[in-house]
Amino acid sequence: MAAVPLRSGEPERARLDPRRLRREFPIFERNPGLVFLDSGASAQKPRQVIDGIAEFYRGDYANVHRGVYKLSARSTDLFEEAREKTRAFLNAADEREIVFVRGATEAVNLVAQSWGPAHLKPGDEIVISDVEHHSNIVPWQLLRDRVGIRLVVAPTDPTGEFDLARFEALLGPRTRLVAVTHISNVTGTVLPVARIAALAHAKGAKVLVDGCQAVPRLPVDVRALGCDFYVFSGHKAYGPTGIGVLYGRYDLLEAMPPWQGGGGMILNVEIAHTEYQEPPHRFEAGTPDIAGAVGLSLALDFIEGIGREAIEAHEEALTGYGVDSLSRIPGLTLAPGGQRRLSILSFNLDGVHPHDVGTVLDQHDVAVRVGHHCAQPLMDKLGIAGTVRASLGVYNDDADIDRLAEAVEACREMFQR
Amino acid sequence: MSADGQDLRELYQDIILDHGRHPRNFHPLEHPTHLARGHNPLCGDRVTVYVAVEGDRVADVSFEGRGCAISTASSSLMTEVLKGKTIDEARRLFAQVHAKVTGGAPQDLPEPLEEEIERLEPLTGVKAYPVRVKCATLPWHAFEAALKSGLAGGTVKTE
Repeated sequence: MAAVPLRSGEPERARLDPRRLRREFPIFERNPGLVFLDSGASAQKPRQVIDGIAEFYRGDYANVHRGVYKLSARSTDLFEEAREKTRAFLNAADEREIVFVRGATEAVNLVAQSWGPAHLKPGDEIVISDVEHHSNIVPWQLLRDRVGIRLVVAPTDPTGEFDLARFEALLGPRTRLVAVTHISNVTGTVLPVARIAALAHAKGAKVLVDGCQAVPRLPVDVRALGCDFYVFSGHKAYGPTGIGVLYGRYDLLEAMPPWQGGGGMILNVEIAHTEYQEPPHRFEAGTPDIAGAVGLSLALDFIEGIGREAIEAHEEALTGYGVDSLSRIPGLTLAPGGQRRLSILSFNLDGVHPHDVGTVLDQHDVAVRVGHHCAQPLMDKLGIAGTVRASLGVYNDDADIDRLAEAVEACREMFQR
Repeated sequence: MSADGQDLRELYQDIILDHGRHPRNFHPLEHPTHLARGHNPLCGDRVTVYVAVEGDRVADVSFEGRGCAISTASSSLMTEVLKGKTIDEARRLFAQVHAKVTGGAPQDLPEPLEEEIERLEPLTGVKAYPVRVKCATLPWHAFEAALKSGLAGGTVKTE
């Protein structure tokens, strides 16, 4: 893995105090007693993001890349600083490799619709894993139907671990792209993305990684991972909704045609012919989500302020505590999480439908997600309709896990009577 | 938690848990005249409702599928109550159940139908749980869709 090593001699830095951090989130003031275990769907927002966005609108807002006046220049600077901050956060080589989009879903669709038809021929293959979110399945199905490519699914093994050997065997001369998640949003399995990328590259295939669940909790270095595209959503990383990021290697972005036309992505427009901007602006038609980018920048500051090593260590410990606590509950089955599970605990209770568990948990003020988690092919593989999913954030602690376990126990008792 | 526990017992009454665990009429019909599928994309629940209509009467009705305790119990109770009713009575019962779980205005029903509504009373616990109302109404919507589509087998979705 591409984890940035902890700096030696500073073990104290890698500590995180969830109780102190929780005070940074106004939602917990307004909802006392709430045990929020649904950050995998969307994280809550810290004060510095909420207030920072309001401050931006109050003091610095204007359209970007347009005006000659000072306010527009200031707004543009803040917008482009957000791009630079995102570059540094992912350790990308160049800020022009950072394209702002609405979210990870849009980022995958951008690659599918722009890179896809320009590089793929009928019979070419795209390999995905069997734990992908619908947003990393359906865009490729649309491309399959448009171009006539094949979609190949690399399996996880019964323990939930990505099967590298079978994956390698599925790579062939027609494999053009491997698109996998960094952390499964259903099982919490951390996929060996760097190994996957190395194997894919050895066959000449490009690699796209869905980093939605990884960016808020793992040090991510796109160059160390060796991926060609990396996508994530701001709202799962303590930022606002409506903003997300496509990282793409510059030489790849440069060779990709625009996917949406409009203002901001052109150099010169004549009715007979239009010249397009260079990346990233080529892919940012129309007025972007300026405040969203500023909010994302503040969210990345928030994460860096805690330190991703500290977040990773905290959530890893809490995940382990959750696995231990839940495993003690009779009739509870955890979805297999592979060799390394991070921040997500997906489970079923014998004889009780996930929806009913969710309602009982809600009555105990424990907020979890229930259902198929936008991963129906994985549900089919596991032979279940859905799961109950508890997912962690920086504000969660052991007490939240205890409340979860108590509520699950109460649910079990209610349905056993 | 005791207050919460009490509230939940209004939703998960013994009769709901019983029908949820041991659904009645839980099988396909051999010779249905009507059928339809209900699908809740939110949770992935699916139910297929089979109806055998003779004249203007629901001679038989059954279901199969997978769902939560609420939707399974609702399907089960529905099949018990609708069997033998005229189509008009069945529709009036549905309208009444719908009104009761969504907070709409209930209609005056003739005495025999009122007794049937009492048997369906346990379903009305979902009224306090807006996100779960669709679980209770899904099989009823499927029943109504079946009457409309015959054997074409339409699918109703909750959203």
